[in-house]
Amino acid sequence: MDNHKGVLVCGETADGKLAPVTIELLGLGRKLANELGEPLSTLLMGSKAGGLGQEAIAYGADNVYVAEDGLLDHYNSDGYTQIAADLCRQVLPSIMLLGHTDIGLDLAPRLNGRLGGGLAVDCTALSIDPATRLLVSTRPVFGGNAYATMLARSARPQMATVRAKTVPPAERNDSRQGQVIPVEGKIDPSALKVKVVERIKEQVDGVKLEDAEVVVSGGRGIGSAENFGMLRELANVLSGAVGATRPACDEGWVPARLQVGQSGRVVSPKLYIAVALSGAMAHIAGCLGSKVIVAINKDKDANIFSVARYGIVGDYKEILPALTAKLKELKSV
Amino acid sequence: MNTIVCIKQVLDPEIPPAKFKIDPEEKQVIPPPGVPPVISVYDERAVEAACRLKDKHKGKITVVSMGSQKAADVIKHAISMGADEGFVLQDAAFENLDSFGTAYVLGKAIQKIGGYDLVLCGRQAADWGAGEVGSILGEMLGIPVVTLACDIQAVDQTLVVKRIVSDGFEVLEAPMPCLITVSSEIGLPRLPAGPRLMMARKKQIPVWKAQDIGAESSKLDKANAHTEVIALSVPTRKTECEIITGSTPGEAAVNLALKISKLI
Repeated sequence: MDNHKGVLVCGETADGKLAPVTIELLGLGRKLANELGEPLSTLLMGSKAGGLGQEAIAYGADNVYVAEDGLLDHYNSDGYTQIAADLCRQVLPSIMLLGHTDIGLDLAPRLNGRLGGGLAVDCTALSIDPATRLLVSTRPVFGGNAYATMLARSARPQMATVRAKTVPPAERNDSRQGQVIPVEGKIDPSALKVKVVERIKEQVDGVKLEDAEVVVSGGRGIGSAENFGMLRELANVLSGAVGATRPACDEGWVPARLQVGQSGRVVSPKLYIAVALSGAMAHIAGCLGSKVIVAINKDKDANIFSVARYGIVGDYKEILPALTAKLKELKSV
Repeated sequence: MNTIVCIKQVLDPEIPPAKFKIDPEEKQVIPPPGVPPVISVYDERAVEAACRLKDKHKGKITVVSMGSQKAADVIKHAISMGADEGFVLQDAAFENLDSFGTAYVLGKAIQKIGGYDLVLCGRQAADWGAGEVGSILGEMLGIPVVTLACDIQAVDQTLVVKRIVSDGFEVLEAPMPCLITVSSEIGLPRLPAGPRLMMARKKQIPVWKAQDIGAESSKLDKANAHTEVIALSVPTRKTECEIITGSTPGEAAVNLALKISKLI
């Protein structure tokens, strides 16, 4: 007999507040829990987690489990896995939701390995099948070129990591009632086999690729490191960032951290200008979320035109200087 | 230092999407004709990471790949890069396993090989991309797990690992044996030198079946799968591309500028 019940959201905090993705998951979790007629719980970890209990209740949680331990102030795989696994064994949630974040990416598969549940990662849609009451998860596969719909028939918990901004945030209601429950048991420091010795923030010159509202990307057709200068000028005028395909990075024309695509960064700017790149599956995977894609390519049959809103068929060397100059002029008006 | 690297053969992700076809009934991708499958990009980086450790500290690299007989090609590729030997794990019972089943089979093979200090996997496969197998495998083997490594150094009996996070990186210390998943930021894989290429091509790659690694049939039974794919679809894209023209390339560029300046 399956005695797993309820939805558990693995919460995250940022700067002493609930992380935006956690507020989104509480909204989603509330909806799923209501459909099942079961409770929504959340787990918050860190020495100040208790202070956020009422906030989590206001956003929809019935029960807030707080693990207040200084060893959990920063994410570490061993400690978080232990606390979350112990809680799951005690609470027996039917569904567990995590953000597809730095934490979720590491914690969800490991926790699932320990609990023997069924996990779908990077989900873009989640629902309850009315007939079976099972969680149905949809996620991009093959770099976003296909979507798979998955479920876990009997493995519990049914786990999912959910992409940030996939669902709207929960609405806050400070009159909601719920319980804040301290998690029993402390972490044994000797159980932390892997030690985090340093955290280093990367300094980026100019706009960070993932945060940029405009990305100008070049492919193999750019031909040299020097020629990327033309893309940089265009990006500067638009206060954007420069990206590149894997072949362009492999050639050493630009650093690997500028790679957009399946094995690089996934970007979703307002405007993505794809220059002299054909649009291989792996590259498209990294830019499909862009609002508008503009393609500039010599080959009118290049795949990139099939995902672009606007295109110019021609040699980018004859197009970019005029494009940059005109945009500069329009900006100064 | 003895390292075992788990690698997967996948559909070449550098193909144009027009060649990407699926069979919605079987929930499978139809391999495009004339396009040979390749080693998954992150797994190739994991082999590179193993080779760098071997360059410095000697030892042995063993690669395993679960898949079809053709997976011998990716094993040979890893050997041409610097691995010492490899095994293909192929059995009808291994087909279409979920992440748990895959981790179970790899774990059984790894236990058979034995004597390892480090197990490496790519951070995720280039096809289904769940990024789960490495972590589940680490849990099954009962060894610590570090994900998303971009640098691995061995210092005495400790591994110092740099791992990627969204705003930078973390430096971790992990004991051996442990399992590490490797991200592409570790850098480009080496190009195999001619003689190694020749040697690898001639190498016989043993194939291990379920009984060779002592895999229990109940663990491979689809009825016991943890997850099941119930639908696979290719999204239809409705983008209509408006081709901007002009009497000269410069004029086309000006016309494009007028369009896109309204968007930002």
